[in-house]
Amino acid sequence: MARMKFICDSERCIECNSCVTACKNEHEVPWGVNRRRVVTLNDGVPGERSISVACMHCSDAPCMAVCPVNCFYRTEEGVVLHDKDTCIGCGYCSYACPFGAPQFPAAGTFGVRGKMDKCTFCAGGPEANGSQAEFEKYGRNRLAEGKLPACAEMCSTKALLGGDGDVVADIFRNRVLKRGKGAEVWGWGTAYGSKQAGQPQGAKS
Amino acid sequence: MRTILVLSLAALALAACAEREQTASGIRSDAAPFNGTNKQPPFTAAGWKPGDRANWEQQLKVRTVNGQNDYVKVP
Repeated sequence: MARMKFICDSERCIECNSCVTACKNEHEVPWGVNRRRVVTLNDGVPGERSISVACMHCSDAPCMAVCPVNCFYRTEEGVVLHDKDTCIGCGYCSYACPFGAPQFPAAGTFGVRGKMDKCTFCAGGPEANGSQAEFEKYGRNRLAEGKLPACAEMCSTKALLGGDGDVVADIFRNRVLKRGKGAEVWGWGTAYGSKQAGQPQGAKS
Repeated sequence: MRTILVLSLAALALAACAEREQTASGIRSDAAPFNGTNKQPPFTAAGWKPGDRANWEQQLKVRTVNGQNDYVKVP
């Protein structure tokens, strides 16, 4: 199997936030923590674009590289997960992540940061698949239920695609060919690698 | 004999000054998702057999195409 990936089609995203709601509901994510959010670029300007952003489960994940306690791991399907029992809530991953994915619950004393929380691609965590402990720490494990991420499945316009990278890329490619425009995939190069990623605009790769 | 005893006692006493192991415990193992969750439908999608990796992969591919490729639904 190819690895799991997200694609957000900015030509289709209508900023309805159903992906955000689906994620919050599915995993009972606490107040103040948003594993997924919708970002609008050039808001109010003609031609504005919205994209749904969460952890992209990068090929060479910067969060994994900077974690001082090595709490991250990557599954065989390419999903980047973390162990909350090992996380110390230092926030390094938050600074390293180009997508702002790591979230920290701030329900405790002022200034105290809880353990990091982020999108799991609906793949749970290191606890037993489908267990109560896994649900309480990481949310539902939909992949082990033979399902796909709730955000992508609930997307009203199918702007957000999530699943096997080859399959979702094929769906997106077909769309672009049919409509003849909108081939840009925000964050794809940064997350999964490209010659242009990280280069200033206009620079030769 | 006495020297050996003194040295061994000294080694035992100095052991307390040694640095503790500070290596993080690392990553715990995680069960592969194709093993399923032992939940009954609707909490597990029907049409695949937990424990069979190829079957699980096929299930996800079919679900992706049927659920996310609207050109399949509307030709």
